[in-house]
Amino acid sequence: MKSKLGLVLIVCSFIVIGCATTQQRLLDSESSQVQLRSIQTRAFDTTDKEKTLRTIMSTLQDLGFVIDKADATLGTASATKLKNYALRMTVNVRPRGETQLLVRANAQYNVQPVTDPEPYQQFFVSLEKAMFLTAHQAD
Amino acid sequence: MRKALSLFLVTIFFIAGCRTIPKDALTLSPESLAERQMQTRKYETKDEGKILSTCIGLLQDMGFNLDESETKLGLITSSKMRSAENAGQIAGAVIIALLGGGAMPVDKEQKMRASVITRPVGEREKYIAVRVTFQRIVWNTQGQATKSESLIDPAIYQEFFDKLSKAIFLEGQEI
Repeated sequence: MKSKLGLVLIVCSFIVIGCATTQQRLLDSESSQVQLRSIQTRAFDTTDKEKTLRTIMSTLQDLGFVIDKADATLGTASATKLKNYALRMTVNVRPRGETQLLVRANAQYNVQPVTDPEPYQQFFVSLEKAMFLTAHQAD
Repeated sequence: MRKALSLFLVTIFFIAGCRTIPKDALTLSPESLAERQMQTRKYETKDEGKILSTCIGLLQDMGFNLDESETKLGLITSSKMRSAENAGQIAGAVIIALLGGGAMPVDKEQKMRASVITRPVGEREKYIAVRVTFQRIVWNTQGQATKSESLIDPAIYQEFFDKLSKAIFLEGQEI
């Protein structure tokens, strides 16, 4: 009985761990670059980078995040939410053409990348409300 | 064999459950407005830099060390390590040990973080809003994280802003 149980546990852990190599884990090689960008990016009709970043930081605070760092020149902000889990987000703002800004967010939940469209959708809905602007699909 | 199978299923569920992000992680909660109000105070000034510098002084008063800052965006982040021991938990562990339950891990230390964001608000940006948020991670004697949470007790924020008003006064800034 005991050995069977052990076997099941071992098999189970193999299934769970899978066989990702360090390279795959380091570079998240299995995710599609184009698809990920489209999920994580929205365009806003404004050119005020600083104000946009301030709004992003305030939205992250509203969502329960504590801001870790920010850089006005590069247009980035990172924040962490702790709620018996650790959710880390980095948001990046850059100009697109003469009239728009692209806002890109990526998130990590505990030790997993967040690749589902839905959480990002929810984030941009919250951001839209704070920006008083509509988030356009970027592509 | 059935036991093993159920164990297997439970393990899978447990792991699968832990992996996905909770549905409400990135949605605004009904409490978020009340929390924002609790964590924010407005000061009548246009000098954001001065307020930020006062906040750094205040965080130092409270034993925090500065991690990051960005004046252009009105951001200060700071942290400190503190003991997380509490008498009740230790007493419980002692009783269990006396009853022959072996050594039970108890909370040992915690990392506490504070992040201050300032923002010009109001008509013609006459005010600076200061918002502070705190969070902590607690580790036990075995080095495992036992708690990771935002601190949302209103008394914490009340004391912080009382102290901020005092710091503004001490530094003789006309705010």
